[in-house]
Amino acid sequence: MANVPEDLHYSKDHEWVRVEGDQVIIGITDYAQNSLGDVVYVELPKPGESFAVNESFGSVESVKAVSEVFTPVAGEVVKINESLADEPEKVNSDPYGDGWMIRVRMSNPGEVDSMLTAAEYEDFTKAEKE
Amino acid sequence: MLSSIGLNSADQLFDSIPEDLLLRRQLNTPAALSETELLRRFDELGRQNPGAVRVSFLGGGAYSHYIPTVVDHILTRSEFFTAYTPYQPEISQGTLQAIFEFQTLVCQLTGMEVANASMYDGSTALAEAVLMAERVTRRSKVIASDSVHPEYLEVVKTYVQHAGIELQVVDFDQSSGQSAHALTEALDDKTAALVVQSPNFFGCIEEVQALADAAHSKGALLIVAITEAMSLGLLKAPGACGADIVIAEGQSFGVPLSFGGPYVGLFATQEKYARQIPGRLVGEAYDKQGRRGFVLTLATREQHIRREKATSNICTNEGLIALAATVYLETLGKRGVQEVAYQCAQKAAFAAREIGKLKGFSLPFSAPRFNEFVVRGPIPASDLLRTLATKAQIDGGISLSRFYNDRPNDFLVCVTELNTRQQIDSLIAGLTEFSTT
Amino acid sequence: MDMTTAITKVTTHLSPNEQLIFERSQHGRLGYRLAALDVEEQPLDSIVPHEFQRDDDLEGMPEVSEVDVIRHFVRMSTWNYSIDLGMYPLGSCTMKYNSRLNERVARIPGFANLHPLAEERDAQGALEVIYELQQHLAEITGLPGISLQPAAGAHGEMTGIMIIRAFLDSRDGEAASKRRTMLIPDSAHGTNPASAHLSGFSVKTIRSTAEGLTDLDHLRELCAHGDVAGLMLTNPNTLGLFERNIKEICAIVHAAGGLVYMDGANMNALVGVARPGDMGVDVIHLNLHKTFSTPHGGGGPGCGPCCCSRELEQFLPVPRVVKDGQGFKLNFNEPKTIGRVKAFFGNYGMMLRALAYTLTHGNDGLREATEAAVLNARYIAFGLTSDYDKPFSGAPMHEVVFTDKRQTRKGVHTLDIAKRLIDYGFHPMTIYFPLIVPGAMLIEPTESVGRQELDQFIGAMRAIASEAVEDPELVRNAPHNTRIGRLDEAAAARKPVLRWKPKQAASAG
Repeated sequence: MANVPEDLHYSKDHEWVRVEGDQVIIGITDYAQNSLGDVVYVELPKPGESFAVNESFGSVESVKAVSEVFTPVAGEVVKINESLADEPEKVNSDPYGDGWMIRVRMSNPGEVDSMLTAAEYEDFTKAEKE
Repeated sequence: MLSSIGLNSADQLFDSIPEDLLLRRQLNTPAALSETELLRRFDELGRQNPGAVRVSFLGGGAYSHYIPTVVDHILTRSEFFTAYTPYQPEISQGTLQAIFEFQTLVCQLTGMEVANASMYDGSTALAEAVLMAERVTRRSKVIASDSVHPEYLEVVKTYVQHAGIELQVVDFDQSSGQSAHALTEALDDKTAALVVQSPNFFGCIEEVQALADAAHSKGALLIVAITEAMSLGLLKAPGACGADIVIAEGQSFGVPLSFGGPYVGLFATQEKYARQIPGRLVGEAYDKQGRRGFVLTLATREQHIRREKATSNICTNEGLIALAATVYLETLGKRGVQEVAYQCAQKAAFAAREIGKLKGFSLPFSAPRFNEFVVRGPIPASDLLRTLATKAQIDGGISLSRFYNDRPNDFLVCVTELNTRQQIDSLIAGLTEFSTT
Repeated sequence: MDMTTAITKVTTHLSPNEQLIFERSQHGRLGYRLAALDVEEQPLDSIVPHEFQRDDDLEGMPEVSEVDVIRHFVRMSTWNYSIDLGMYPLGSCTMKYNSRLNERVARIPGFANLHPLAEERDAQGALEVIYELQQHLAEITGLPGISLQPAAGAHGEMTGIMIIRAFLDSRDGEAASKRRTMLIPDSAHGTNPASAHLSGFSVKTIRSTAEGLTDLDHLRELCAHGDVAGLMLTNPNTLGLFERNIKEICAIVHAAGGLVYMDGANMNALVGVARPGDMGVDVIHLNLHKTFSTPHGGGGPGCGPCCCSRELEQFLPVPRVVKDGQGFKLNFNEPKTIGRVKAFFGNYGMMLRALAYTLTHGNDGLREATEAAVLNARYIAFGLTSDYDKPFSGAPMHEVVFTDKRQTRKGVHTLDIAKRLIDYGFHPMTIYFPLIVPGAMLIEPTESVGRQELDQFIGAMRAIASEAVEDPELVRNAPHNTRIGRLDEAAAARKPVLRWKPKQAASAG
């Protein structure tokens, strides 16, 4: 059973978002890291880059697959998790903590409200499995 | 066997093909030949290639070097030449370790940090280098000197025509034969890369360090192309001069001329660009018991995973030819490669000196050379060379009128360690026949 | 180590270890001798200025003797599986026998020593080989325009798609810029979308039906958008099934103004039986290293001829090899050519081998080979259906796909089955391709396998199916009997070590 923390928001592309004022921290869910397998490389943008809602900001690679990651909110990248360059496996071991990817200053804070709740995301992943 | 699967005739195997698509006649290709008939036929065809037996001073992208006997012995081992791509590493360690050694040797020769498992040849490797420069810099203009091998430039043009890349070709300096000035003049901050070949198609050594510095000052990359890989045995490694991507034709390393292929493209770059490199990569890996092995790695760059976003569409490369190069380089080793290169340079310098003494002949380019140089003769080169071939049984060079409209009397001469003193003397004697008084 | 009595094809044996050549290297060893320099020696600085000279003495390159080289590579060679050892059931790869006679032909000095820039008149025999092979491939494919210049399948594919682009640009002018979509089935090989991208096309995926064939309704729907440049398909497709609606598929695409490209990877099911040109296909590529037996060499060289209709001929790469009276010439004068795709003529040595293959088999032999290839695949399909899930009921051609559906109940997956097959003495089949079949195992025996070995293969697969039930751990931890176990590919990809480096000297300061 994948871990789905209550206090986060979720997207259908399997990203999670933690709100901190006008900023959010973004990563991929436990369900996503489990499907991918051992993460070997994470491609992240540079601080200062801006993205539209649902735009791809990077990718996550395992040995045999690569998945793009999309930002569920529009905004400017304020910080990236540089430790993932040396330790990409953090995405597997701690997807909601040390495996965070980018911090974004939102341009439309309201966008978070259209994301899924923990319960909605859990239902969504259950349906996907079938 | 048909009956065991419930069929009566071989035709039934094709029941899923609509009637109107079945070829209801025999193929209009020849009937089967026995081994003796086949060999007789091909031997006869082989004899119709007198170019293969003449004394040769031909270069221009393909070179005659000695191939040690061991190379073919290793290549024809079943386990190497009838093996598949090493996707199952547990039963492919022979191939994988050989490729790892190949990658290492390419790095050592080019002075670069990482090399791939090979491209098809030098020309396509150059095209891929140009595409990679665009990916890395996100700029779309590439500037090349027209002293790059003309067929290589053609291939690059084909590859970039729909890739949103503008290829600008600048004229090299007609007296030195070099390109640094023209390339630096054209360089700007929209340039993704400068492309230079060294030694270039006319045999001239280019100023790679100066070009690297210039390119970097504008945030562009320097791509260095090499057609005569043996030059790396004598000349400063492009990596040591600041090149960002080095591509080369590896045919000089143990690969027969074979009318143009199969050859092998070398592709090397700096570690920071490793994830943008096209083609296969072999890396070190360990099993649960800590035993070292080798495995195809960073496959997420490749077409079978990243599909339309792959760094290249390449799948099959030149595995066996890379092996030939590996065996050659290991047999000759650091001493041998340097000695072969040294002999090439000395013999070519000798030939150039002697030709330069002949009245009516000149060497139009002043830049230093490795083993190729352009000779300007007193009459159209194609006629001169034809006469030399028929009368003296010597292929004295490549007529540049084949590639350029403005060089009727120029021909490109290449000298390697295989050209004996006697052969060089015969060439001089043959050219003397055309000498003006 | 596990040597269950069911394993009869292989047994344990001593396997030599061998370091990297750099680890074997000894300063002062030589593996060569050149003739002495026979010209007056000049100071090197006067030939090549000092600043252009190498100053690192090729540091790190090995110094070994000839016997070192021989032992090094012979030992390494013993670690490889190969066609000469046994069957490779690799779907989509056509691992057929690599004839020694072809190798001899390729080494005839009149070809091996011929420079590519030899004058035409001095290379007539060589040009005749190219011309003749072109003729035969045209007959086999039913498409008259042939270029042998591409060096591999993906290269030939890129060539073919560029030809489509050139044709459309020529036919439609400005309007062609609205036609930039290439349709590709969800079952396609990865090179397909990659090649389309190189020609400036974007890709749209077509669904397959439950039967595993191209969904015609979806095709019509996508074609109705008006932006379709073409369709890339493989026939038989990557599931081993013949697209029986191929004529209609081509008609739909043509009516929408596009062209049809066929990936010729699976030609081994068609040679002498049916021809892509007759199906309405406009352009295909061939893999000489598949269908025409040229050796795989551990990953190449290949040769990927591009074959096209009369209408598309003018766009083929130059030079074209043409007949002129009694002789052969190079034609560079094709104003609408897409250009060169490779220096010189292509992988010429592979053309020699492919021509030798064609002549050795003869016209009836070529068809017989196709029949045997399909029969062998059908036989395997028949033999494995009791133990493995076969997702499509259609009669497979030269290859057949199974899944691990039954085995996953016990936690055994396709990868494990493949690795356990190694213990049984076989190279694994193609796994996880095509992507539309979860846990795919794509099996193509080719015609170069006799009934005995087919039975051994089926026996091995059935034994593994039993093991998956009775002792799943055994399968999950396979292979057990190889000299190296499963490698940690994740660690290798995280911190890639892509070359040997000399160890840092302990005293380095």
